[in-house]
Amino acid sequence: MSKNTGSLRATMFGVSALAGVMMLAGTAQAEELRLLTWGGYAPDDVIQMFEKETGIDVEVTLSNNEDMISKLRATGGGGFDLAQPSQDRIAGAQMEYGIYKPMDLSKVDAAQFIPSMLAATKTNTTVDGKVYGLPHIWGTSGLVVDTKKAADVKDYTDLCNDSVAGKVSYRLKRPTLIGFAFAMGMDPFAAYTDEAKYQEILDKVQEKLIECKPNVKTYWEGGDALLNLVRSGEVVAAMAWDTGGWKLNNDNADITFVAPKSGALGWVDTFALPRKSENEDAAYKWINFVMQPEIAAKITASAGNFTASKGADDFAEDKLKAQFKNSFPQEALDNIKWYPPVPAGLETLEGKALDRVKAAQ
Amino acid sequence: MKNASGSVAGGGLKLGVLLMATPLLLWLLLLVILPHLDLLMVSLRERISYGKYAFSFTNYIEFFTEPLYWNTYVRTATMSILATALTLVIGFPISYYIAKVMRGRGKSVLFLMCLIPFWVSELVRTFGWMILLRESGVISHFLQWAGLVDGPVEMLYNDVTIMVGLVYTSMLFMVVPLVSVLDSLDDSLIEAGYDLGGNAFTVTRDIVIPHAMPGIASGCIVVFMLTLGNYLTPNLLGGKSSLWFTEQIYTQFITRFNWESGSAFGFLLLVLSSLIVWLGLKLSRQTLSDTVG
Repeated sequence: MSKNTGSLRATMFGVSALAGVMMLAGTAQAEELRLLTWGGYAPDDVIQMFEKETGIDVEVTLSNNEDMISKLRATGGGGFDLAQPSQDRIAGAQMEYGIYKPMDLSKVDAAQFIPSMLAATKTNTTVDGKVYGLPHIWGTSGLVVDTKKAADVKDYTDLCNDSVAGKVSYRLKRPTLIGFAFAMGMDPFAAYTDEAKYQEILDKVQEKLIECKPNVKTYWEGGDALLNLVRSGEVVAAMAWDTGGWKLNNDNADITFVAPKSGALGWVDTFALPRKSENEDAAYKWINFVMQPEIAAKITASAGNFTASKGADDFAEDKLKAQFKNSFPQEALDNIKWYPPVPAGLETLEGKALDRVKAAQ
Repeated sequence: MKNASGSVAGGGLKLGVLLMATPLLLWLLLLVILPHLDLLMVSLRERISYGKYAFSFTNYIEFFTEPLYWNTYVRTATMSILATALTLVIGFPISYYIAKVMRGRGKSVLFLMCLIPFWVSELVRTFGWMILLRESGVISHFLQWAGLVDGPVEMLYNDVTIMVGLVYTSMLFMVVPLVSVLDSLDDSLIEAGYDLGGNAFTVTRDIVIPHAMPGIASGCIVVFMLTLGNYLTPNLLGGKSSLWFTEQIYTQFITRFNWESGSAFGFLLLVLSSLIVWLGLKLSRQTLSDTVG
């Protein structure tokens, strides 16, 4: 869940790149792994090491959660050999569109994974007794705050404070709804299975977000756009990913990621096999390769988030570790709200609420 | 085409004509007709449960009962018409100047200057506007430096900015047809108009505009279509209240996975644009064949 803009241009580029790749596939000599992933998850040096070791070319397409599902849905799960959706978005998409195929766990070196994270991801991505996802990178979303200029922003709802009027930004997407619901004292995850109750929560959040709209400078879409807004000082408090806050912290010590009082929202991006994956072997090789601690640490350095690789922390940069400790004291770490799998149908309700917020004057 | 095939008897040449038309027919069938039929089918179904769908008009009913979609639809149409009118008002004098006033090299230079911004992509142009207009941007800094304002000024994220972006983006598509149609107007007609006691206003109204009408109509159609279907400019410059209908369609398809209502919206946009173009042609007493021919 990182820095890629999900714009139409990107989609169109992706589609044409996809067409190009498909044309090339017929004539290509070398073995190829077509990877659908997030920005920073497959850095060049890791790709080169992988190519040297296995002789497999890696073709990377950058994407985000919704875009991944849309792309795979359009081709019935074709065009890519390995995808990296978030763990809460696998089961629903699989039941609805059947775009993934089950993981063959015997081909994966389970000892390289942090056991608790592996078990949790397996549970959340199981459909009909088959496992569809393995954990790769995890992180949280919460608040990116200029602690000098917006010292009073401690929770999502504080973004509506008068002290930061006109200098706030967040996305109009589901994490915002969920974060605000938690900050308002409700538990949206507990209501996942009860549509009526969930709608009730959404109504309240919608009202709050409409009330809060004058405070917002703009609803950000791409991570880079947000970083620019914060860096230039036009925005002093925003709802964003932890890694964005730490990146800004490198340039300006006042700005950092703050875990909200009601809890940061925790996500895990996974490995999942598209149904028409043409090179499963290469996909498993890639998984086993990037889960080695040294390689995982390289990916952490590039993506800014930690991985589910056991022992990779020892190789991670000290600065990032310090930033992490700073943002997450033990109680904040325990308070992370991990996304449970999203049942299909909820997104329609959420979509309408978001539309109404956007349309409100 | 009709005459050519009609005058020659025998199947041989007819086959030739057919073969020549094949690329066009395939284009129409595979890239225009089939996708639209598919879109129509998708828009007429409703999701029942996981992977199960049934025929229904829900998506269209939804559109008409939810004021939000209506408002966006009407807003997009009005803003697009306004943008087209503004582009015409700004583009006409420019085109007249290029076609009738400038001579020789100056003419090509001016025309080229209209063209140059379009050598980079729309995305880059829009980002250019963002750099100029944002709170920490060029214009805001200049105003502060000149002492005209006290604090930073935010000029992004409102309707005026969207309008500026839209007019800028579509200017070329108005200027090109207007220059070519004004070029074809004989200068002596304008001189004759003045000789017969006309002034700038009457000459423009009675001679220049009637002659330029096909160019005006085709320019307006192109600009209107581009504006109505624009996604980037309203989205980037409009910020939190952009509300553009194409954006709504994109959201339905990509972030909501709701292909059904996305398709329905797509169809409604097609109907809307066809209707407005038809109305515009009726009102200006132009026909489509005059305009494109």
